[in-house]
Amino acid sequence: MRAAAVQLGAPVVLVGAAGALGAFVSATNEIYFVTALIQVSTVVAIYVFVGNSGVLSFGHISFFAVGVWAAGVLSVPEQEKPATMPYLFDFLSSTTVGNVPSLAIAAVVGGAFALVVGLPLMRLSGLAAGIATFAVLGITNNILRYYEKIGPGLNTFSSVPETTGLLQATVGAVLVIVAAFAYQRSRLGRQLRAAREDPAAARAVGVSIYRQRLASFALSGFLAGFAGGLYIHFIPINVDAVYLDLTFITLAMLVIGGTTSLWGAVVGALFVSALDSVLAEMEDGMTILGHTIDLPVGSRIVVVSAVMALVVIVRPSGLTGGREFSLPRLRTAGAR
Amino acid sequence: MSFLRDALDLQVQVDAVGLGAIYALMAVGIGLVFGVMRLVNFAYGQLIMAGAFALAFASDRDWPVAVGIALCFGVVLALSLAMERVVFRPLRTQSAAVMLIATFAVAFLLQSIALLWFGPLGKTATSLVQLNRPVEIGSVEIRKITIVAIVTAVVCLLLLVALLNRTALGLHMRAAAIDSQTARLLGVRANLVSTASVLIAGALAAVVAVMLTVQFPTVTPTFALQDTILVLAGVVVGGMTRLLSATLGGFLIGYVSGILGGALPSEQSQYLPSLVFGLVILVLLVRPDGLFTRGRGLVERV
Repeated sequence: MRAAAVQLGAPVVLVGAAGALGAFVSATNEIYFVTALIQVSTVVAIYVFVGNSGVLSFGHISFFAVGVWAAGVLSVPEQEKPATMPYLFDFLSSTTVGNVPSLAIAAVVGGAFALVVGLPLMRLSGLAAGIATFAVLGITNNILRYYEKIGPGLNTFSSVPETTGLLQATVGAVLVIVAAFAYQRSRLGRQLRAAREDPAAARAVGVSIYRQRLASFALSGFLAGFAGGLYIHFIPINVDAVYLDLTFITLAMLVIGGTTSLWGAVVGALFVSALDSVLAEMEDGMTILGHTIDLPVGSRIVVVSAVMALVVIVRPSGLTGGREFSLPRLRTAGAR
Repeated sequence: MSFLRDALDLQVQVDAVGLGAIYALMAVGIGLVFGVMRLVNFAYGQLIMAGAFALAFASDRDWPVAVGIALCFGVVLALSLAMERVVFRPLRTQSAAVMLIATFAVAFLLQSIALLWFGPLGKTATSLVQLNRPVEIGSVEIRKITIVAIVTAVVCLLLLVALLNRTALGLHMRAAAIDSQTARLLGVRANLVSTASVLIAGALAAVVAVMLTVQFPTVTPTFALQDTILVLAGVVVGGMTRLLSATLGGFLIGYVSGILGGALPSEQSQYLPSLVFGLVILVLLVRPDGLFTRGRGLVERV
């Protein structure tokens, strides 16, 4: 029990600390902290499937994207909708919901979409699964881009209430972490992890790999949709913001942290996010100890991808080695 | 029925075959490296992009066409070699997923360097555009580049077949593709074979870069990205385990997107990617090991 408390406690404390730290910085820097916390939610959502099943998915940003669309479209005030999204279906343009319901809807839509996609796709594994999830991402992006009855199409969302501040981002990240932890300790999660380690042995003791993967995929999509909802309540974005670049950066975070542990997902997200924020500041010109560092615009993604390549080559199991957090073992005198 | 009529139109057919030929070459480049190293090279499109920038660089300075093409080959081959040494070789013992992620990172690295260097609008390569002019054969107008693409693809494939079947190096590569451990025990040098496969794939990437810049002279950092994604899907749909099935898969996806792009009415053609990806998913569900492979893949039984 103590080990479990530490394993859940460490990521929660880390996220809480990031949130608390964000409260002490200037308003412009606060944006970096909120971004980082939303990225924690996103990466942990992806981890729930990729980490526990060991199957690579390039498609999770689709679930994030439908979360963005669901929460975004439903939260824009009714009177604003005809101007920004004139072609919406009637039931979408006549409905407006508040902050919390919109997040819940984003999560449900993301989860339902993942379930529908997963029903056929979870039969695949290996490269076929990778390419098929990529295809899902391509289709989702293509449809959101041109189908203007369900959203703004190519335009950027506007007039979505900006309710995701530090508090909502922190609470959201903690909720996602707790859900991921509860899942991986549950019977379902353990069966899936067993199948990841040895599919043949898991099958032999009666684990249905298909069903376990599907359950995890749906939960993962649910959490990714929720993270998407958090994001659209933070900044106005368009369809290009939820495609290849986001897929790359979130996968990079997961791999850099360590794919097979919740701790790795959180550490990876915060580490890359911090690196990215510092580099963004340097692109604007940053003064450290009297030296001004001024990087050309665009160098942050160069550094992040170089770091990712380096981590994969030098330490393929990630910064955390893919292990959960544990305190160094203290040997008590009486234990011998 | 206008879709069917348009799809069977000779003009559309020829263009689709031309696109299929280019995609087939890319599929060979990806399939060859996969065969020898079990590595899916996501960064293959960025090699083509780098070659295209080399061509644009040369045409900016009004260098002769031959110099531009030589520069393109030089850049792509040097990059391929560097990629093999720095990324592929250290990861040879890792799982397929780790290697895929590594090439994913390399792809973004090269793309972001290009963005930093040339900006989002890119450059134009204009030295070979006269190949875009059509020649009339019977009732159809065929752009010269389509003919060049088809002929080049056939020549390259024949050369490759000769290399694989008639030379010692080809024998070693085929042996490594079937069972790399046994091949190494029998004296096949793993480094030589993997370098050779990466260099051949690089040469093909350079060829593709030359042909794509003729059709799309504007070279941006995302040049050939969409094509690479489609070809990767095509290669997996065809079947990665054999070079022939991978090549056929690449050709098929190029041909199908060419037909759909040429025959769909314009208000529907914006959903072309969805259609193609939808077909990809369907095929993968029915034949996860590939359309053109025989038998089922290995499943571990207890």
